[in-house]
Amino acid sequence: MRYYAENENGQADRKSAAKAGAGKIPGARHREREKAMIRDITLGQYYPADSVIHKLDPRVKLAGTMVFIISLFAFRSVSAYVVATLALAAVIHISKVPLKFMMRGLKSILMLLMITVVFNLFLIPGTPVLHLWKLTVTKEGIETAAFMAIRLVYLILGSSVMTLTTTPNNLTDGLEKALRPLGKIHVPVHEISMIMSIALRFIPILLDETDKIMKAQMARGADFESGNLIQKAKNMVPLLVPLFISAFRRANDLAMAMEARGYHGGEGRTKMKPLVYASRDKAAYAVMAGYLIVMFAASRIMIFGF
Amino acid sequence: MAIRIEHLNYVYSEGTAFEKHALKDINLELFDGQFIGVIGHTGSGKSTLIQHLNGLLKGTSGAIYYNGKNIYEEGYDLRTLRSKVGLVFQYPEHQLFEVDVFSDVCFGPKNLGLPKEEVERRAKEALRLVGLKEKHYRKSPFELSGGQKRRVAIAGILAMEPDVLVLDEPTAGLDPKGRDEILDQVALLHKEKHITVVLVSHSMEDVARYVERIIVMNKGQVMFDDTPQQVFQHYRELESVGLAAPQVTYLMHDLKEKGWNIDPQATTVEEAAESIFAALHKKA
Repeated sequence: MRYYAENENGQADRKSAAKAGAGKIPGARHREREKAMIRDITLGQYYPADSVIHKLDPRVKLAGTMVFIISLFAFRSVSAYVVATLALAAVIHISKVPLKFMMRGLKSILMLLMITVVFNLFLIPGTPVLHLWKLTVTKEGIETAAFMAIRLVYLILGSSVMTLTTTPNNLTDGLEKALRPLGKIHVPVHEISMIMSIALRFIPILLDETDKIMKAQMARGADFESGNLIQKAKNMVPLLVPLFISAFRRANDLAMAMEARGYHGGEGRTKMKPLVYASRDKAAYAVMAGYLIVMFAASRIMIFGF
Repeated sequence: MAIRIEHLNYVYSEGTAFEKHALKDINLELFDGQFIGVIGHTGSGKSTLIQHLNGLLKGTSGAIYYNGKNIYEEGYDLRTLRSKVGLVFQYPEHQLFEVDVFSDVCFGPKNLGLPKEEVERRAKEALRLVGLKEKHYRKSPFELSGGQKRRVAIAGILAMEPDVLVLDEPTAGLDPKGRDEILDQVALLHKEKHITVVLVSHSMEDVARYVERIIVMNKGQVMFDDTPQQVFQHYRELESVGLAAPQVTYLMHDLKEKGWNIDPQATTVEEAAESIFAALHKKA
């Protein structure tokens, strides 16, 4: 009897859920997408997951990304690209970040990609393959276009792996430590990385603040959408003035809080969580070296005469 | 003439790793002229809920009816709705931007497209209602004290002459005097103008003192919806979700347990005092 009752409840729930789905409000999704777009622009696109790649030292990931990008441009052959593809696929698989999130970065270079492919396809002289009206597609053109496209896509995917698996703070930490030798030639490495991490930290805060102030002014009947360019710029005043004031207030508070905790620049500053290489980081470096060797070897092997 | 919420759901960042179901199947009716308190601990969905009332957030599913009309219908005039349902955000003084207090209060009614005389009449009336002295009208809003700034910001909403006034923690960060002044003024406004007031608050004492109906939010759902007396009877459940009843409710329950012949439903100090006096009289 009890089982029956529960079952009935479950069914009712499912029904109401289905109904809720059917009654979706058209604008809601669109707005969500707009918000997601703002998030795409920022560097804070960290995707939390529990994977070895996430746990790696940020310096390793920086170096790995560099190695991968350099290898894409240094070796040009089908077999080398097969190796690169396998390596990239393996890393993406290990990182546990859904491919969907990786692909998101590609959207922004779609235009660039198209232009590159089209220009390479039609403008490189060589053995003609196809005649289209006044344009000629050459064998060399197809080759170069394909290689360029693959390079660009892999470049974005490779760096996406890094930004998706490393928190912005970790990344600047890694940069600071990796660039420390430059301090010897009076490059203010610590200051630069502090500026970077504060800027990164402030992006989501200011986005939130913008959202809040925008809503508050919309509650007072402000209109941020209609009107011509001058009108629109004028309409931004109720948003920008409070935003600037709040940015200054926050900067002030932050400076005060940093001083209250004894911040005096990078000199002699220690870290609560200093970056120390673990055995997995050393293993990752070994994998990188191995990758380079295999890439080098692969580039010597010719497949189909490429 | 009321706001009716039906099966409202709201999901933040749908389809990403940060997805959060902020409102789950909310069904409420806010009647005209009521003074309603909304309580709930941080992240319970209070602020999300009230942003739906004037269409700033659009539910993922469900419907909201204002005076019988679905505000999610194609072509519904949201700007008119926003002038009818005035929403005062947390720390509203952060939205001030004009060169002086008076023009800032004029911003709302001006956006409604009213003639200049009407705009100024409304601004003056709103500033009078929040009790700001005339000598401050031409000052920069940034010269004022925290409490004064907040009053100017509330006046900015009142100048649109809304039928429903929604206040999201209007007393956060104010001293006890500033808090009482603001809430007394809101209560007065409710009495004078017969507008519906929705007050979001963390202070059980404030809520118990002013409102006639309490909506308790927990994890995006409505947990209780009743008179303060009834809601605070459930003080043990309230505690389990990180809330509490007013101090006097505890006192009254303790006295009752000690064998006093009193009604433990009192939610304000005045009610409690009366009840205790009556019990003492009976004893004597």
